[in-house]
Amino acid sequence: MRVALFATCLGDTLFPEAVKATAVLLTRLGQEVVFPPGQTCCGQMHVNTGYQADALPLVRNYTADFADESIDAVVAPSGSCVGSIRHQHEIVAERYGDRSLRERVERAGAKTYELSEFLVDVLGVTDVGARFPHRVTYHPTCHSLRMLRVGDKPLRLLEQVREIDLVELPRAEECCGFGGTFALKNSETSTAMLSDKMRAVTTTGAEFCSAGDSSCLMHIGGGLSRLRTGTGTVHLAEILASTEQRFRSEEEVSA
Amino acid sequence: MSSAFLGFPTPPPRAPYATGHLRGDQSFPEAAHTALDDTQQRRNLGKATATIRGKRDQVADELPDWEELRSAGSALKADVLARLPELLERFEREVTERGGVVHWARDADEANEIVTRLVADKDSDEVLKVKSMATQEIGLNEHLGSAGISPVETDLAELIVQLGADRPSHILVPAIHRNRAEIRDIFLREMPGVDPNLDDDPVRLAEEARKYLRSKFMSTRVAISGANFGVADTGTLSVVESEGNGRMCLTMPETLITVMGIEKLVPSFTDLEVFLQLLPRSSTGERMNPYTSMWTGVTEGDGPEEFHLVLLDNGRSATLADGVGREALQCIRCSACLNVCPVYERTGGKAYGSTYPGPIGAVLTPQLAGMHESRDDPNASLPYASSLCGACYDVCPVKIDIPSLLVELRHQHVEQSRYTAEAAMMRASSLAMSSAKRFTKAQRASRLGRVLGGADGRISALPPPLNAWTSARDLPAPPKRTFREWWDSEDGREAVRAARREAERGES
Ligand code: SF4
Repeated sequence: MRVALFATCLGDTLFPEAVKATAVLLTRLGQEVVFPPGQTCCGQMHVNTGYQADALPLVRNYTADFADESIDAVVAPSGSCVGSIRHQHEIVAERYGDRSLRERVERAGAKTYELSEFLVDVLGVTDVGARFPHRVTYHPTCHSLRMLRVGDKPLRLLEQVREIDLVELPRAEECCGFGGTFALKNSETSTAMLSDKMRAVTTTGAEFCSAGDSSCLMHIGGGLSRLRTGTGTVHLAEILASTEQRFRSEEEVSA
Repeated sequence: MSSAFLGFPTPPPRAPYATGHLRGDQSFPEAAHTALDDTQQRRNLGKATATIRGKRDQVADELPDWEELRSAGSALKADVLARLPELLERFEREVTERGGVVHWARDADEANEIVTRLVADKDSDEVLKVKSMATQEIGLNEHLGSAGISPVETDLAELIVQLGADRPSHILVPAIHRNRAEIRDIFLREMPGVDPNLDDDPVRLAEEARKYLRSKFMSTRVAISGANFGVADTGTLSVVESEGNGRMCLTMPETLITVMGIEKLVPSFTDLEVFLQLLPRSSTGERMNPYTSMWTGVTEGDGPEEFHLVLLDNGRSATLADGVGREALQCIRCSACLNVCPVYERTGGKAYGSTYPGPIGAVLTPQLAGMHESRDDPNASLPYASSLCGACYDVCPVKIDIPSLLVELRHQHVEQSRYTAEAAMMRASSLAMSSAKRFTKAQRASRLGRVLGGADGRISALPPPLNAWTSARDLPAPPKRTFREWWDSEDGREAVRAARREAERGES
């Protein structure tokens, strides 16, 4: 399959390790991975903050790259961006677009997958041959859970990882408090939610809290780091791409 | 369109600015600041919502056809909204034929005046109140008070709030933010004739309230209720409750006045079957609510001699006129969305400044009362009082897509408040990301942020408005290379080649 990688603006700029891991993992699983260089951002932040008119150029840009018929599927290591592409691009296109945009949005949306969905539903694998000898707890993230309904797919993937010590996160399904610009506009409420999430994470004694969204991990990880908890965060893709020759590069270690 | 143009269309009116409780005097973040500091309330709320969430999940899971029930409830309510004028006329006719008197109130002011006049006509200076969201929405108690009439709340939690000169914090459990020690103190302070040795045993507290209310039931001649449902086909009204105090009010007094929002209709009597399953399971986590009262007009020698129905608009037509936002009018006020909302759980209901708090309040209040009535209208902050986690949508018994409504209202807000600093930032970021060329330029600029990171690569302080982030969270400094730079580099190509070799090895 010809699989296009959607790095997401945040992944490309701030969390490249998760995207690298996705690229390597999919290639290792026999896919022909391409990176359409025209891509930028899905526009989720604009839609969610109320700026649908400003999201329009980004929706156009997304479909320009990914509606292309030479691409069989688009995979992004981000549940919330995929949720936005599938559910919000239509709203924006309906409001501002013409028929051709609406068609492209539909075509691109229908073949865009979050990583765990793509692995389990499309490729039909749960054992990707990974090894990650650490104690890990998993936060399912709201948009993966409720917009995409990925269910237990990420956990089924993690359960197959060699030597992983997977521990259940208490009140896992509760929002970490990120919510995009919510974290700025209602920073105190966001922080209160974050505190409870961090408490849940640290009670598990995990070395890493994992998730399928760099944005939520930025939030949880930012809090854990501020409090010097000694617990880190790691994207699901990075765990799944870890093998005997430990994937995480020297660059990341030295950053 | 074939109809003739008859001049400018008049938009339906919103709820009046000054009357009622559809607007607080602070924005949500400001009000939340106070609430978040209240550790006692935080604990009370956390405990109460967790308990009720658990009960709801359990009894909803019990029903094999729960999802079908939700779909049925949603479809019924959507149908009601689609043909509301017709159903309302039908309803009015049926109520009138059975001896009720129907009054139409365009807004809170009109409704308050109608009710107050009706009570004054009976020479009554005290009225019993059945717990009602509609009368609270219009500020009826305050209006009655200013006319020298004392309203007595008969719902236990509502009574606690009233005696405590407090504001409710939850649709269903208005005193959810109080624990029993606090309630005991309120009773001792405010309830006439209370046992001075009262302790905080819930049974004893309920007993004292019962004694107090009994004396009121025996002596008061006028009662005011809301309605959970009005049945268009038969003109029947219904109130569901847990304590039976409402039923006392609906049967004992000589005159009964019901204030009902115009959206509370269901088409026919059999439709109640759906809602009487959905409502108690979603709200109190019970299989069935203890008291379901229904009344139709008046019957000689049984119950009230006079029945008045006030049909309240107060911004509902305006809400109905919004093709997207109208979905909020499907709400049956079960409060399930409040109980699962992580924002509500931390801030409590008062932070929303409205009779309708929580997720449903965040979409209903700005629609009923508007969000641009003044500069910095507090209601404009409500659609943003959510992380869009979607938990509310999952539990809503009538499947209101609250997250999508929030996003829609944010859009409407932005459309009406152009030229803010935020709008400029959003425009700039949209422009920067509308092509890869501009985006990569911006990425290179953002890498300057590396200097903000300390030796450990974390950023702990940023200038406004981003200091709202760094007040509690670090941010990683941007990495040396973006993903696309890595992808285009020899390292990137080598990593992909190595992965491909592994794939081939795996296949052979
Ligand atoms: S919006 Fe839905 S969940 Fe919330 S109170 Fe209304 S009916 Fe209940």
